[in-house]
Amino acid sequence: MRILKNTLYLVGLPILLLALWALATSGAPNFFVPTPATLATTFGEVWFDADRLLDDVLPSLGRLAAGVLAAIVLGVVLGLLVGMNRTLRALTEPVFEFFRALPPPVLVPVLMLLVGTNDAMKVAVIVSGCVWPVLLNTIEGVRSIDPVQNETSRSYGIHGLPRIRYQVLPSAAPTIMAGVRQCLSIGLILMVISEMFAASSGLGFTIVQFQRSFAIPEMWSGIVMLGLIGVALSFIFQSAERRVLRWYHGLKEVENAA
Amino acid sequence: MTQTVAAKTPGRRAEPGPGKGAKRRSGSARKRLSDPLLGLLGVVAFLAVWELLPRLGLAPQKYLPPASEVLAALVRDFGLADFWKAVGETMAAWAIGLAVAVVLATVLGLVIGMSQFLRRATYSTVEFLRPIPSVALIPLAVLLFGVKMESTLMLVIYACFWQVLIQVLYGVADVDNVAMNTARSYGFSTAQRVRDVVFPTMLPYLMTGIRLAASVALILAITAELVIGSPGLGHEISLAQSGGAISGMYALILATGLLGVAINLATRKVEKRVLSWHPSVRGEVAA
Repeated sequence: MRILKNTLYLVGLPILLLALWALATSGAPNFFVPTPATLATTFGEVWFDADRLLDDVLPSLGRLAAGVLAAIVLGVVLGLLVGMNRTLRALTEPVFEFFRALPPPVLVPVLMLLVGTNDAMKVAVIVSGCVWPVLLNTIEGVRSIDPVQNETSRSYGIHGLPRIRYQVLPSAAPTIMAGVRQCLSIGLILMVISEMFAASSGLGFTIVQFQRSFAIPEMWSGIVMLGLIGVALSFIFQSAERRVLRWYHGLKEVENAA
Repeated sequence: MTQTVAAKTPGRRAEPGPGKGAKRRSGSARKRLSDPLLGLLGVVAFLAVWELLPRLGLAPQKYLPPASEVLAALVRDFGLADFWKAVGETMAAWAIGLAVAVVLATVLGLVIGMSQFLRRATYSTVEFLRPIPSVALIPLAVLLFGVKMESTLMLVIYACFWQVLIQVLYGVADVDNVAMNTARSYGFSTAQRVRDVVFPTMLPYLMTGIRLAASVALILAITAELVIGSPGLGHEISLAQSGGAISGMYALILATGLLGVAINLATRKVEKRVLSWHPSVRGEVAA
């Protein structure tokens, strides 16, 4: 009974919305909005196609993964270096704040000039946009470590890599993960944008192509595809975060209960 | 979950100075430059590297003009009416989009958050729609509105709406049960309960949401102008690029960055002022 109620809560509203959508489009055919049934069949035809998967979807996802991973590694390493040194922190803060505030898509034209229009440019765009939230959050996370913890490590003679591995990284992890979450959504945006600008393949290119040729149901199926990727990414992130920060959420629960 | 972490410490980034331990250490150490001075030094060093890279031929001067040229172009832009018109168009899309998104999200968030039934019934839909990247809507916006400000607005509103809605939902969920029950037994009406119990609890979360949404709104406004070609700074950038006015393009990019910095500073200031009564901000001032 309870399971039934829970599933009803989960699927109730989506079903209602789908029904409304079907009802609204079933009467007079609307040029801009396809019916759910048309969209579903088009989605199958367009995206479950071996060529499209191999030529457009997988390369796009590969570039996204490469860019995001590089940005996370770069951001955390640089962030640790800068965050643990007070002078370096003060020296770099205004410049980093500027780059964080810079809307990442404006870097697309710059990198198109400097790198050319190839795969490297697209990965560079993703890295150059995604690295800032991770970098600044790592600096912030390292900076706000409890000083007692720092002094404890020092008096126990824990230095260098072991200190980073066992004290600094874990304490900064919650803040770093918040940066990684931002980095993922920016990465997805930049993946699409870089392909809309100058590309002959990829998800963003395909969707714009559909729109320019007024293939409306196909265009909608592309929007759904991007949406599904977004949902999948956020799902992957949440399970990764739960794993990395298990101790942290446990701690919070204990604190909240007390 | 991380959003609650961020939300519970509003304005933490603005904390003055380093932790206590670091301060004590530096007091006994040799005299050092003050932080703002070091920051200035960092900016100067950055500009110097940028100036030298093309001058020494380490980067193609055609594609990366030296900093002095770009800064000169930026100063020239400041005197042009067209530049300010583009800034105005971008900021108008930013402000209208942000305002609409905040109002919509706050009202809907309050309605959904205060009802157990609605919260459970909308959960799956919200969690599904939220991660959809707003750039996915670019083709749709082009079809519906063409190269006009409405396309920009559509993307900005969509992106900001979820940022704020999620924070408001977290905020409403954070309301103290005892306070709520007290208000109920004192015979507060629903409107009074919203105003005096729910709203103050939610406000720090709402401000965090607005702060995040303000920078997202700028990103989306510029993106839409860049990709769709609706009027504004982004459109000017793509015009400058295709017209081969490379230092002009870099100057405009600098301008968007400066706008972003200004927006960040302004929202942090507003947040601090609006929440001046809140313990998290009060504690910071006392420390």
